[in-house]
Amino acid sequence: MSSGVLEVRDVQKTFGAVTAAKDISVSVPQGSIYSLIGTNGAGKTTFVNMVTGYIKPDAGTINFGGRNIAGLPPRQITRLGIHRSFQIAQLCNELTVEENMLVAGAIHGQTRPSFLRRSDDAQARDRAMATLERFNIAEHRNRLIPELSGGVKKLLDIAMAMAGETQIMLLDEPTSGVAADEKFPIMDLVINALRDEGVTVIFVEHDMDIVNRYSERVLAFYDGQIIADDTPDVVLSDAEVQRYVTGAPA
Amino acid sequence: MDLVATILVDGLIYAGWLFIVSVGLTLVFGVLNILNIAHGSLYAIGAYASASLVGAYFAAGGDAFPYGSYIAMILAAVLVAVVLGPLLERGLLRYFYGRDEVLNVLVTYAVFLILEDVMKLIWGVNPYFVYEPYTLLGTVEMGSLFYVGYDFAVIAAAIIVGLAVWLTLNRTQTGKVVLAVIHDAEISQTMGVNVKRIYLGAFMAGAFLAALGGALTAPMISVTPGLGVNVVIVAFAVVIIGGLGSVPGAAIGALMVGISRAASVHLLPEAELFIIYFVMAIVLVFRPEGLFAKTQARKI
Amino acid sequence: MMRFSIFTYAAIGFVVLAAGAIVLPDWAMFLFAMALAKGLVCLGIVGMMRGGVVSFGQGLYYCLGAYTATLAANFLGVSDIFLLTLLSAAVCLVVGMIFGPLLSSYRGIFFAMLSLALSMVLYGSLSKMSFIGGTDGLNIGAPTFLGWAPEGRPLQTALYLYVVTIVVISGALMRVYFDSEQGLITLATRDNELRVEYLGASVRNIMAFNYVFGALLGGIGGTIAVLALGHVDPEFAFWTTSGEFVFVAILAGYLSVPSVFVAAIILELVRSFSNLYFPNTWQLALGIFLLIVIVALPSGLGSLVSRRKGQDT
Repeated sequence: MSSGVLEVRDVQKTFGAVTAAKDISVSVPQGSIYSLIGTNGAGKTTFVNMVTGYIKPDAGTINFGGRNIAGLPPRQITRLGIHRSFQIAQLCNELTVEENMLVAGAIHGQTRPSFLRRSDDAQARDRAMATLERFNIAEHRNRLIPELSGGVKKLLDIAMAMAGETQIMLLDEPTSGVAADEKFPIMDLVINALRDEGVTVIFVEHDMDIVNRYSERVLAFYDGQIIADDTPDVVLSDAEVQRYVTGAPA
Repeated sequence: MDLVATILVDGLIYAGWLFIVSVGLTLVFGVLNILNIAHGSLYAIGAYASASLVGAYFAAGGDAFPYGSYIAMILAAVLVAVVLGPLLERGLLRYFYGRDEVLNVLVTYAVFLILEDVMKLIWGVNPYFVYEPYTLLGTVEMGSLFYVGYDFAVIAAAIIVGLAVWLTLNRTQTGKVVLAVIHDAEISQTMGVNVKRIYLGAFMAGAFLAALGGALTAPMISVTPGLGVNVVIVAFAVVIIGGLGSVPGAAIGALMVGISRAASVHLLPEAELFIIYFVMAIVLVFRPEGLFAKTQARKI
Repeated sequence: MMRFSIFTYAAIGFVVLAAGAIVLPDWAMFLFAMALAKGLVCLGIVGMMRGGVVSFGQGLYYCLGAYTATLAANFLGVSDIFLLTLLSAAVCLVVGMIFGPLLSSYRGIFFAMLSLALSMVLYGSLSKMSFIGGTDGLNIGAPTFLGWAPEGRPLQTALYLYVVTIVVISGALMRVYFDSEQGLITLATRDNELRVEYLGASVRNIMAFNYVFGALLGGIGGTIAVLALGHVDPEFAFWTTSGEFVFVAILAGYLSVPSVFVAAIILELVRSFSNLYFPNTWQLALGIFLLIVIVALPSGLGSLVSRRKGQDT
């Protein structure tokens, strides 16, 4: 097995009687774009949660940058360069869009967050606005979160996750809750922005059009196991995958 | 051996009282998700009402049948529940359902403050003594110590209350509906449950239990303003230890606190006033949500 | 709207408050001094509220600071107000640094109850310690100011100006902190802890810092209060004392620092009038007042002056 930027080996996880992960092994090369597919409860989100530190695997290793990160807390894994976005956008509802971005920037700033330096000084704002502009949501900078559309919330969620050095980005259902006509534009924006930075992308998706169009490789999950690990064409025409995941020929 | 027995008996007596005083609080939290500081006021009003009713009873010739004073006490608790329950729940608390838990604590704290003075305005600031019911059950001799029979009756009352609450929740139709509401009020509502009525009922039950605690205590003490202030935080500690919303938890919590305090009184009197909070802090260190906390679903 | 520097605001605040030394009669100056001292404790609560937790036990530090000062004065002969303040602050800092990390894992009701429990432990302990007064408490003599030992009106004025200075400095420092990066992260924590952790910050650290600041402010407030009153007793740590601090913090909201002290002054004024004219309705007034604030001004008085749209506590 060639050495990828992220090496998951024999990871196991059960919750009582439920097997959420069994013999999960995958090697993700630097700069590639992976998608994870599978029905609800198949283990995709558990995978993401284990890689990003929300859940600790029962066994197995997750190697990144030469060390095993399995079991580390999310904030340490984030600092190492593995970032994630969320299925339901996790934003600070009482802050404006710009302030949300400022928080991300403050945590990932050049130095530790300061007790004295203003959170909204010129430099911080410029940095925040640059990211907001990259994601096309700068016009919403002064709005509060509850006023935003699903698509904008998702973009902000991802934009915030971009703060700091991002080497691997895990996107948890980036287009769920987004209007149909916004899905492709949002994915175009996000994947291009990530590609420009050389970020390795792993996204969870239910929409096979999105999977087909944007991923270089697909991991199909079923019942806690990976039942296919190949290019989209191969995976989506696989009989088992069709039976347990997509339900119809691609 | 004598000392152990003494501590156990004292502890049980105190635990019995604690349970009656706390179970209403945990029930209200379980159903309505409100930690009701005014529970202390309901306790105190129960004590005052009991004192007044018992006083009136004996003044009206109750000496002929002194045990009737017990009925008067229970009646006092019922009155408090029936009058204040709907007033507080329908009149105020229902506007705050679904809001932040701590915000609701502040609302009930405001009610507590208001009721403290309402009590002073109704009953004045002088103490009330109604000790007759306390003396009716004689004394019990255990080893070399004498206990008042009434204290044991409180233990019996606690057991009856505990069984009644448990049986109602687990063995009756209404009880099962209440349990469903505790689990998920929204889903229960979509299944046709009249959640409003359950809320009101649960709150009234909690008010009754609080007032009952006060009513039963009135003959043992002099009823004065500020009664609720000390009781409510003790009830909190018991409920937190046991796990918010758990009736068995309240029983275990009451036992733990009761025995700890009895032990403290006899072995380490300096700790008597704070041992309960110490126990609570220790429990929370090991079980951050109390002993019988509800399991949480995954957030992301 | 022009943005003045924090120094300008601090200077204005000082001048306005200091004017009280000339304008206010004795009883009012005492009242204001007490209010400002208590306001410091409330400022600490507001700092924690910005992180999403409400401490129902700041009486712990209020009492600890007051007793430290009193014991230092009575048993160690320390009378200098600066020294007493420093001593109390140091003690509260140490205690705060012990309990802060412990409490920082808790939220909501549990944080509130644990903080309350700690203060009640102090209350219970002090009540039983008859060698330092038990429930009667202790008296403390008048403070000295770097060697100067005033009496009468000059003493009152000196104490008043001292608390005004402390308030202005603390208020300014806290405002700078609130506007800082850590301050913004604190606000974010209140909203979405999960996100803040996932962004790479330690929520526990943030909470612990806010708690320690609260401990410091509580201790300093308690020191000044005991010097103004001349007396301390275990009631300083009783939960109803802490409840009043929370009341002021709720009334003030977390958007504006001056509103904390305005709210504290309002409370003291209402308390005095109530005690004078309607002795049995002080708590009734307080309770109704609290309800009105919760319903009508959910973000507190501060929302009247601040542009930010806040929500529930």
